[in-house]
Amino acid sequence: MNSIVRNRLNDKLFYIWGLISTFIGLIMLSIFLGQIVKDGAQRLNWDFFTSLPSRLPEKAGIYTAMIGSVWILLMTLIIAFPLGVAAGIYLEEYIKKGRWSNLLELNISNLAGIPSIIYGLLGLEFFARTLHLGGSILTGSLTLSLLILPIIIVTTRESIRAVPGSIKEASYALGASKWQTIRMQVLPASMGGIMTGVILALSRAVGEAAPLIVIGALAYVPFAPSGPLDDFSVLPIQVFNWISRPQAGFITNAAAGIIVLLALTFLMNGIAVFLRYRWQNKTKL
Amino acid sequence: MDVLEKEIKIVKEINSQPPQDINIKVSRMNAYYGDFHALKDINLSIEYNSVMALIGPSGCGKSTFIRVLNRMNDYIDSFRMDGEVIIDHQNIYGKEVRIEQLRKQVGMVFQKPNPFPKSVYENVAYGLRIQGVKDKKFIEERVIRSLQQVTLWNEVKDNLKKNALALSGGQQQRLCIARTLAVEPSVILMDEPTSALDPIATGKIEDLITELKKEYTIVIVTHNMQQASRISDYTSFFYLGEIIETDKTLNIFTKPKIKQTERYISGYFG
Repeated sequence: MNSIVRNRLNDKLFYIWGLISTFIGLIMLSIFLGQIVKDGAQRLNWDFFTSLPSRLPEKAGIYTAMIGSVWILLMTLIIAFPLGVAAGIYLEEYIKKGRWSNLLELNISNLAGIPSIIYGLLGLEFFARTLHLGGSILTGSLTLSLLILPIIIVTTRESIRAVPGSIKEASYALGASKWQTIRMQVLPASMGGIMTGVILALSRAVGEAAPLIVIGALAYVPFAPSGPLDDFSVLPIQVFNWISRPQAGFITNAAAGIIVLLALTFLMNGIAVFLRYRWQNKTKL
Repeated sequence: MDVLEKEIKIVKEINSQPPQDINIKVSRMNAYYGDFHALKDINLSIEYNSVMALIGPSGCGKSTFIRVLNRMNDYIDSFRMDGEVIIDHQNIYGKEVRIEQLRKQVGMVFQKPNPFPKSVYENVAYGLRIQGVKDKKFIEERVIRSLQQVTLWNEVKDNLKKNALALSGGQQQRLCIARTLAVEPSVILMDEPTSALDPIATGKIEDLITELKKEYTIVIVTHNMQQASRISDYTSFFYLGEIIETDKTLNIFTKPKIKQTERYISGYFG
């Protein structure tokens, strides 16, 4: 076999290997989705969304968990967005580059890799116990904010870095201060990217169960929370709780809960993709 | 004979100028990037309402010099300088100088047209808006006047809301000049303003510079010898961080005093 034939063959082999690799993930996801839809679709009706938790599977619904998730989502957004974006701006525009800034950057990247349950333990010790916030929505949101802050900081920095230096120079050359330049040029140009990152981070937060279980979020909350200091449950915890029950009816409920959770995540990621697309078009023209 | 007479007249003019005609005066100025000595003992005076062209091979310090004049280098961490830079009778590196005020006074046009990704109107209004000007009528008048000054008004007057990035390169660069004029500077710095433009757009910018000289002092970096000879009154030749020769443009291009200058302008190196 001469070398050309061999190279061609290798080429072909790698092509097939790449194809299989690409589709393995997709196929697994489709099987999983198919199974879930088969199990849970029958349970998806209006009652399921409006019912409180119950001992009887056919009466139990996700109302409290869903309201809990919405609360957690909004509170986490309110806490993490300004902190993350401000930190990103500071690290990208203000900090003097040197050993100290490198150390800081390294640590922020490391924070993104810490298992979420560790954040849960921190939240339990600091927010729930030291600050006496208990297993409240506020504790949960603060904990999840810590979890997603590194993601928001990193995407904010990347979006800001993508703003051409020539635009900033033009602004400075006209007598703008640093903050004016950031507010009037850098942020508008990078907002699409920042929002994309924030939404992706939030969609991660909305799927988290472990850290919230650690801080003491409950699976059985008889009433929907009405304020940040109320006890709460969220969709992933509700699903987790149902799965661990012996009755077959709860398994169906869990599958239906997963469908709702997935739909929510897909929706959020869809918004993120849409924003990124619009933002790209805007900066090109 | 004619040329000689003209020159004698010019020399007389130079000598008869009282010192208050000097807009920019740089004395014993050194600039460094870290350990690199980028500008060495620079002395240069630039008159009001004149065009000073800075020529020299790449990396000789022309751009660093022009950025010293509006303190654009301040953002580079490793940059430091000493010496004196006086613009409009004020040491611009003095403690009491507000950098935003200086930038208003000393405008800058860059190598690549860099309009903001906003409308044509907002591009020109930006400098006024950051100063906190709220008077809509005042802003509008200034925008129109600035666009007229750069002869862009007729081309954009029906599309003031259009995104500036949709304009052609030459139009964008004239817009950038209009944006600078809108804050009423006394000096305009231009860092190779035509190097990204085609010959026709370049011609328009050159005409504009000749026109603007009546009201402003212009310092322009250029790699184009013909351009320097067409539009400037004075030319300064930079080489390896030093000023080799500064003179009336006519002299530099017809009878440079220093051999290196002659070799550079006739294309032997650089």
